[in-house]
Parts: sequence; structure tokens; C-alpha cells
Amino acid sequence: MAQYAVLIFERETADGAPDLPPEVLQAHMDLPARVAERGGRIVAGMALEPNATATSLRGDVITDGPFIETKEALAGVFVLEARDLDHALALAKLTPIVSGGVEVRPLVGFHVTPDE
Amino acid sequence: MTGPVEVPGVESAVAEAHRSEWAFVLAATARITRDLDEAEEVVQDAYLQALRTWARDGVPERPGAWLTTVARRGALNVLRSRRTLERKLPLLLEPEEALEPEPAAEIQDDRLRLIFTCCHPALAEEAQVALTLRLVCGVATPDIAQAFLVTETTMAARITRAKKKIATARIPYVVPDAADLPARVDAALTVIHLLYAAGHTAHSGAELVRDELTGRALDLARMLHQLLPGVLDTGGLLALLLVHHARRATRTDPEGRLLRLQDQDRSRWDGDLIAEADRLVVAALRAGPPGRFTLQAAIAALHAQAPSYAETDWPQILVLYDELLKVWASPVVALNRAVAVAEVDGPAAALVAVEALEADGRLSGYRYLHATKAELLHRLGRDTEAVRAYRAALDLSGNAAEQEFLQERIHATHPST
Repeated sequence: MAQYAVLIFERETADGAPDLPPEVLQAHMDLPARVAERGGRIVAGMALEPNATATSLRGDVITDGPFIETKEALAGVFVLEARDLDHALALAKLTPIVSGGVEVRPLVGFHVTPDE
Repeated sequence: MTGPVEVPGVESAVAEAHRSEWAFVLAATARITRDLDEAEEVVQDAYLQALRTWARDGVPERPGAWLTTVARRGALNVLRSRRTLERKLPLLLEPEEALEPEPAAEIQDDRLRLIFTCCHPALAEEAQVALTLRLVCGVATPDIAQAFLVTETTMAARITRAKKKIATARIPYVVPDAADLPARVDAALTVIHLLYAAGHTAHSGAELVRDELTGRALDLARMLHQLLPGVLDTGGLLALLLVHHARRATRTDPEGRLLRLQDQDRSRWDGDLIAEADRLVVAALRAGPPGRFTLQAAIAALHAQAPSYAETDWPQILVLYDELLKVWASPVVALNRAVAVAEVDGPAAALVAVEALEADGRLSGYRYLHATKAELLHRLGRDTEAVRAYRAALDLSGNAAEQEFLQERIHATHPST
């Protein structure tokens, strides 16, 4: 199995995730099970607070906001295991999206630092 | 064919086998190496070996099978040395049974795997076109670069990037499953059509028909139709290209200037190709709801079968354009439909349609919009406006033959300029 990052890009709302319709939130909760049913695995996932909370650093310069401004902001990332790109795309299609889309990228590696 | 053959015959036999068997040999070999670069290398070696061995022993009865055997043996050697080196490269993906001997029918399928890998929508369209020429047709990179008017370095980089993405993102070496097949077949047909169109119009430069590209595109369309008979639009695309091909000799006059359909010598069209196209169109129309290539082929075949421009079945062509717009809402189709409207309902009705398209804006950089509008204005006696529209078309054309044609039209419309 290969690993891919699925980057979720969504039109932003004022408060981020809490503004999502309940059925969309539920669909996010159900995603790992649906992916598993289809022979894939979600290894890890993270949901991001809105762009307005981001702080960027370029060298020593600190700026308010995300590193790259886009119409649809990066809202979350999950790590997906799939057989190949076609499988990964079919699984990524299950991601609940309100207004935006996802980007699928092969991973060079994915590591979690174990607790001491 | 048995016994030794003289050397010149061998060279042409190898060249012929290169053209007709390359995809077959490479596709079967790539299943073993699971790496396109390595497969290409051993297949190239197999062709070199053919030059030597066939000169000595004669041309084998089935050159494709001979080349496949030699290339697959080379691939197994590569695998062995790869294991020794313990290289860990991302490989083409497909089920593990690749090394088993397999029935001929399965090997046939390998060409489909190769086509679908090269025409994967995760690759940019220009990369799909280049990869298809390189890997499915075996055309050398410098020749591809020349055909698409980019430097060899640019084209080599484009092909390398695409191969790297196939390996890194793990684009699978498979025939897509039933759910994805319609969209993926359409993508492959689009690439083949682009190839033909690139050879046919040769946007810049003096030579109008680049036979190599059009011939390759026709080979590919035949291959896809043969491998996926009756699937969606494969028959439609082949029919469409056959009609284009049947008329290729009359697209320009002896000086290389573009000729309009109404000015072409229909007696020089290739009747056999047109008849073959017609049979394919009839079969495709019977098979189910027609796709965009089948409808375009039906329109082209009607034109090709008409004894003259005036005697063309314009009402039927208009009906087909209406159908085509339903499955493919392209402004270019709408523009072509307007030409049919001019013949059925007159130039004034057609001009209304063209002006609506102009207002839409998507075709403002499209020279045929301005040329069509100019033609209609001329027929309505509005020559000053017609000349202005011809000039707009002229400004957008990068093709010498076309520019000359438009100059001529300006001159004919308004002799004082």
C-alpha cells in the first residue's frame, strides 16, 4: 500500500469547523469506516482552525495569516493508504466537501514521534 | 516467410515491425519491469538485436512475437540485476502474476494498459499526447519535439516529468474498471484526436499535413477500436479520422493554399476510406446513444458523400449538430452549427447565431469565428464589415497557408484594398 496526503480545501466560514452543517461533520466522522470498507485506511487526520488564526514566518519576518492566500483555504489534511493513485482518488472522492475540493499527493514518508 | 532474406529487406522489416508492433512489445515488457524507462531500453535493444539476427537467420514469421520474447527475456535479466543491486524504486503497479506465461488474449490487453496509463487524467494533456507518441507509437523524442514545435530539451523534460509522476504518484498500469471506463476511454480518444488535429492543421509553419502524426493517430484509432470494439465512441473516432484522411489531398491547392469545402475537388476524395467510415458510423449509431465523436463522424460522412457542396443534406446536418450540442456544449460546435444554419435558413439567421457567440466572448481569440462571420457578412452584401472581420481572423492566424487564404478572401471581397 502507498501513502498519500489528502489536502482538503474549503471556502472559509467565520468560525471554521463549528459552522459546518451537522451532516457534513457526521460524514467526516464516518469517513475512516467508509474508506476501510473499500480497502483503504486513514492513518491520521487533522482539522485546521481558520486562516485568520494562522501566523506565517519567512526568515525572521512574522506575518498574520496563511503562507499562501487562496480562495479556498487549507482546512485539513489526512493521510491515506491506498493501492495506487486510482484507488486513492476513488477514496478521496468520499471526503465531504461543501464548496471546494481535495488535492491528493503521494507522501515521501509519514512519521509520528513516539512518546518517551 | 522462411529462409534468409537480403539485408535491405531486413531493415524495412524491422522498420515495419517498429511501427506496427512497438506498442505490443513495450506493453508486454512493461508488465515485467514495471518501470517504463527500463522497458523502453530493453525493447530498443530487442529491435537492435532483430537487425542483426534477422539479417543472419531471416525475418521470423511473427516478428512481434519474436521481439516480445527477446524483450521479455531482456526484462527478466534487468529484474535479476535489479534484485542484486537491491534498488528500491517506485514501480508500475499491477497484480503480482506478471511473470506467469499468459494467453495471447491477455497480452493484447497490455496495449490498453499502456494507452490508459499514458492518457491518465492525472497527467497534463500535453504530457498525455507526448507520452502516447513516445511510448505507444515509439516515436523518437526529437521527432515529437519537432512536431509540436518545441525544443528537444523541453520535450524530453516533459516526457521525463510525466514518467516520474506515473512512478511517484503510482498511476496504475491497468485497464480502468467499468465505472471509470467511459471517462477514461473518452480521455484516450481525445488524445488521439488531438494528435490527428496537430498533424492536420500544423498551426504554425508552412507544411500543412504532417503525415507522420496523422498516420500515427489513425493507427492508434484503429488499435483502440480493435481492442475495444463497440465500446462507446471508439468507432466514431476512427470514422471521423478516416473521413478527414479521405479528404487530406484536397485540403490545399497545388501552391499549398487552404481550400474551402465548397472549392475542393470531390473526385479526389478517397471513396474506400469514406465507405469504411460510413459503415463504422452506421454501426455506432445503431449501438446506442451516440457520443460526440460518432456525431462528428456522421456529419463529416454526410459532407463526404454529398456530390457537391450545394447538394449536401444540410437539414440532416443541422439535426446532427443539434444532437452534438446536447452531448458536447462547445462554442466551437455552436459555430459550426451556424454554418449549417446559413445553408438551411440563410446567412441572416446564421449571422444572428454567430453574433450571439461573439457576445459570449469565449471564442474571441478563435480565428474561425471571425472568418465565418466575414463570410456571412459578405453573402449579405455588407462588404466593409466583412473585410474588417477577415482582418481580425488574419491577425489571429499563425499558419502561412491560412494567412494566404484570408488575404485572398479580403482581396476578393473588396478589390480596392
